[in-house]
Amino acid sequence: MSTEISHHKTLSESIPRKPRIATTSLCGCFGCHMSLLDIDERILQLAEIVDFDRSPITDIKHCGPCDVGLIEGGVCNAENVHVLREFRANCKTLVALGACAINGGLPAARNTIDVGECLAEAYCTPAIAIENPGIPNDRELPLLLDKVRPVNEIVRIDYFLPGCPPSGDAIWQFVSALVTRRIPRLSYALIKYD
Amino acid sequence: MTNESVAKAPKSTAPSAPGEALQARETRLFSLDGKPVAFTSGQTILEAATAAGRYIPHLCAHPDFPPHSSCKLCVVKANGRYLSACSTRAREGLEVESNTPELNGRRRTLLQMIFVEGNHYCPGCEKSGFCDLQALAYQLEMQNPHFSHFWPDRTVDASHPDVFIDFNRCIFCELCVRASRDVDGKHIFALTGRGIKKHLCINSRTGKLGDTDFSAADRAANICPVGAILKKHVGFSTPIGKRTYDATPISVVSLASLEASK
Repeated sequence: MSTEISHHKTLSESIPRKPRIATTSLCGCFGCHMSLLDIDERILQLAEIVDFDRSPITDIKHCGPCDVGLIEGGVCNAENVHVLREFRANCKTLVALGACAINGGLPAARNTIDVGECLAEAYCTPAIAIENPGIPNDRELPLLLDKVRPVNEIVRIDYFLPGCPPSGDAIWQFVSALVTRRIPRLSYALIKYD
Repeated sequence: MTNESVAKAPKSTAPSAPGEALQARETRLFSLDGKPVAFTSGQTILEAATAAGRYIPHLCAHPDFPPHSSCKLCVVKANGRYLSACSTRAREGLEVESNTPELNGRRRTLLQMIFVEGNHYCPGCEKSGFCDLQALAYQLEMQNPHFSHFWPDRTVDASHPDVFIDFNRCIFCELCVRASRDVDGKHIFALTGRGIKKHLCINSRTGKLGDTDFSAADRAANICPVGAILKKHVGFSTPIGKRTYDATPISVVSLASLEASK
């Protein structure tokens, strides 16, 4: 790991402008973002060599031109589609981060069930104690898609980083390669689907 | 085609008696990725390679059962032709390519097709870390399933007291079919239907596993390479990091387990 760190420093000196990173969580659990924070003190090095654009970390609401976009989560509603397209339009390199972005993940377990039945079961079942049973219908709420989709079924994705979540080490190995213009490749022990 | 080649090979290549005696004295060789591999009469390319400590990726092949050659993961290029290593007999002077970017790329594509054909959610599967399908995908660096998902509507059969079947994860390798028929003598499983409607079916009046004489001690209950046939009451007993394929690739595990069983 120490060789990689020195590599970054020399490269960061030679790169005129800091790469910009944007991140978002679509139909995910924020576990991948937790794992991003799990790179521990290396996040300070990352902050040195990159700038963060739109991300839950910065609370910036819209994405500007970026070098790398990290997408957590699959696509389950209309808002997810808008956010994903905004990222694709602004990020030179787009990464599907984690199991849900790659194959829909756990939320995609609803894909064999009709979305109406799903909502009825969750919001209208008498056995579940809820007040005023009924499917929420507010124009502020994004409409659900019929199925939860992997992100690459909506936009072109450049790289995939599997894991549920990918470990902090995997994210570090991957992202540090990307921002220093190396082709990211995970070592065996870091490729995990769970 | 390839199954046939195994069945016919002994007759068609059977040498005359004096030649046989001569060949028994000489070591017969074929080349695998440019390096010589010795074989004995009747061995398949996969068997000979494995015996020589060389790994060829495979999923439906099992040393205890006749080849099925359905998964096509073990396809190699032998003298320029694509052949299943599990069901093609080794021949003197055969030039076999296996560990090449082209063949590994094809294998990765096959794995991606298997992944989208079923419902394979590793994070929620008890077999994760022990699964041959997952381990092969790790080995061949499959980063995503690439193709559009089928999301087939399949069920779970939990009718048996000790074993459950999650049909979402079945890859149709027929190992349970072969084990139940050839070892257990119970004929409990079969594949039925075609194309995307192909599925594992169970030989009982209700079609439920609980209505058969299946037992957790059966060979068929202990052979599934994926998480389709699993024991109840023992899930997630091994911590992450200590599972079979967590740190060791299937190429190493596969050869070591065969060595241990000798």
